Amino acid sequence: MSDTTEIDQAASAKSGGRLAILWRTRWIGVAFIVLLLVAWEVAAASGMMPSMSFPRMSAVLATWWELIVSGELFGELVPSLLRMFAGYFIGAALGIVLGLLMGYFRFFYSLLEPITEVLRPIPSPAYLPIVILFLGIDDEMKIFMISFASFFPVLLNTYSGVRSVDPIQLQTARTFGVTGWKLMWQIVLPSASPFIFTGMRISLAVALIVMVISEMVAASSGIGYFILSAQRGFKIRDMFAGVLTLAVVGYVLNRLFVAIENRVLAWHYGYTQQQRN
Amino acid sequence: MPEERRRFLTTREVHKSFAAPGGTTVALNGVDLDIARGSFVSIIGPSGCGKSTLLQIMAGLIDATSGAVVLNGRKVDGPPRNVIYVFQQYTRSLFPWKTVERNVAFGLENRERLSREAVAARTRDIIALVKLTGFEQHYPWQLSGGMQQRVAIARALACRPDVLLMDEPFSAVDALTRVGLQELLRSLWRELGLTVVFVTHDVDEGVYLSTRVVALSRAPATVAVDLAIDLPHPRSQIATRALPEYLDYRARLLAQLFADEGLVATEAA
Repeated sequence: MSDTTEIDQAASAKSGGRLAILWRTRWIGVAFIVLLLVAWEVAAASGMMPSMSFPRMSAVLATWWELIVSGELFGELVPSLLRMFAGYFIGAALGIVLGLLMGYFRFFYSLLEPITEVLRPIPSPAYLPIVILFLGIDDEMKIFMISFASFFPVLLNTYSGVRSVDPIQLQTARTFGVTGWKLMWQIVLPSASPFIFTGMRISLAVALIVMVISEMVAASSGIGYFILSAQRGFKIRDMFAGVLTLAVVGYVLNRLFVAIENRVLAWHYGYTQQQRN
Repeated sequence: MPEERRRFLTTREVHKSFAAPGGTTVALNGVDLDIARGSFVSIIGPSGCGKSTLLQIMAGLIDATSGAVVLNGRKVDGPPRNVIYVFQQYTRSLFPWKTVERNVAFGLENRERLSREAVAARTRDIIALVKLTGFEQHYPWQLSGGMQQRVAIARALACRPDVLLMDEPFSAVDALTRVGLQELLRSLWRELGLTVVFVTHDVDEGVYLSTRVVALSRAPATVAVDLAIDLPHPRSQIATRALPEYLDYRARLLAQLFADEGLVATEAA
């Protein structure tokens, strides 16, 4: 018998068996979600809540399953995600490019900082009517809305990232004759990348929000449209199923993002860890 | 020695002043140095006297307020191709997102027009020279301080510079690591025919390593003492440091340094 097994056995004996794992790991959090869903089921079944707007969880899950199997849900989700990613990548790319310019060149900072500070606090839904006026209610409008809202977090984080590049790294590059665009690409961009990723993670959540809002205001397809029209048509279980879908989508997107970030920024976590010791 | 060899790297009347609260602070007040090709010159001086500033001016990283630095007959107004500056803060100077190999290749990839294979070969050789073979794929932050400084030295040497400007490069490592780095630097200097200008606050280090030691006075700094170190090569950490000449150089430089700092380094009887 190997040592590991012995250690495992010793550990589980000490902690009092299998159930204890629940307390020590994130499974406790999963168990809590399950508990809330059960509470929902019980509350709905007992008639404490109006059954019309508060169906049983089991009924919602059954409807959800039907919508998945029939393909209806994916039919709504796919156009939504396409719009979201189109807008997100346009916004993030522009945010990175302008953020690098603003962080690196005093001129661009002075030129663009005031307008950034004026436009940034406007909540996205507020300029939706204006955008509809110019771009109509089709995909162009939604992609514009999503990219505009995704743009600012990336921009802000990118230029603060550029400004926090260690001057010694810049001087080192200079002593090796690396200047101008080469310096930007080889030193400034990687050095600022932890900040850029932070901005992109915030923007991902923002993109999801704006996608849903823009689809609720004006659309004939998409998950936001699906949720709102289900509610208007008194298909309450469909409505809840749509919201649950968004929860899953948001969760998966964030996990994917974190996985990519951990891979690309592995050096950064190692480096900061070592600096702390 | 021919004139152009004796005056390979020169500073002429170098002044540097900084804006400070309530006026300007003069850091360098006319520094004249002629540094011969292939020599190893240490610059010592009290802390804050402008040693590092002088070195950065020589590197073309900052501009002098007045005066000039001339390298091989050419006025320095920006980092010259054949001069590499090695920073004291190696942890901040190495690029944490690049592996040891990528760090060492950094200068090569950027300033030399070499094929991929040539870069790889030269990188491999230079990593072997600083005895880091086997650590190519490590990141700098995974290495000890002494190893990190070796990466920084390898990165500098990979470009085959004529001049290496080093700002207190060994001040942040422990005493034994420091001895190892000193020996490495000495052997590289002898092998590669480099010209080294080495800023240190450690008189012993300066005398041991160098062919010449220049002591700057307190700010506003000028050259206070300029000593040719006529100790035999190859040197030995133990034997050389016990030579009467070594002790004499050391005593003269320490006396200058202590006088500058206003230190009375002798106990009352």
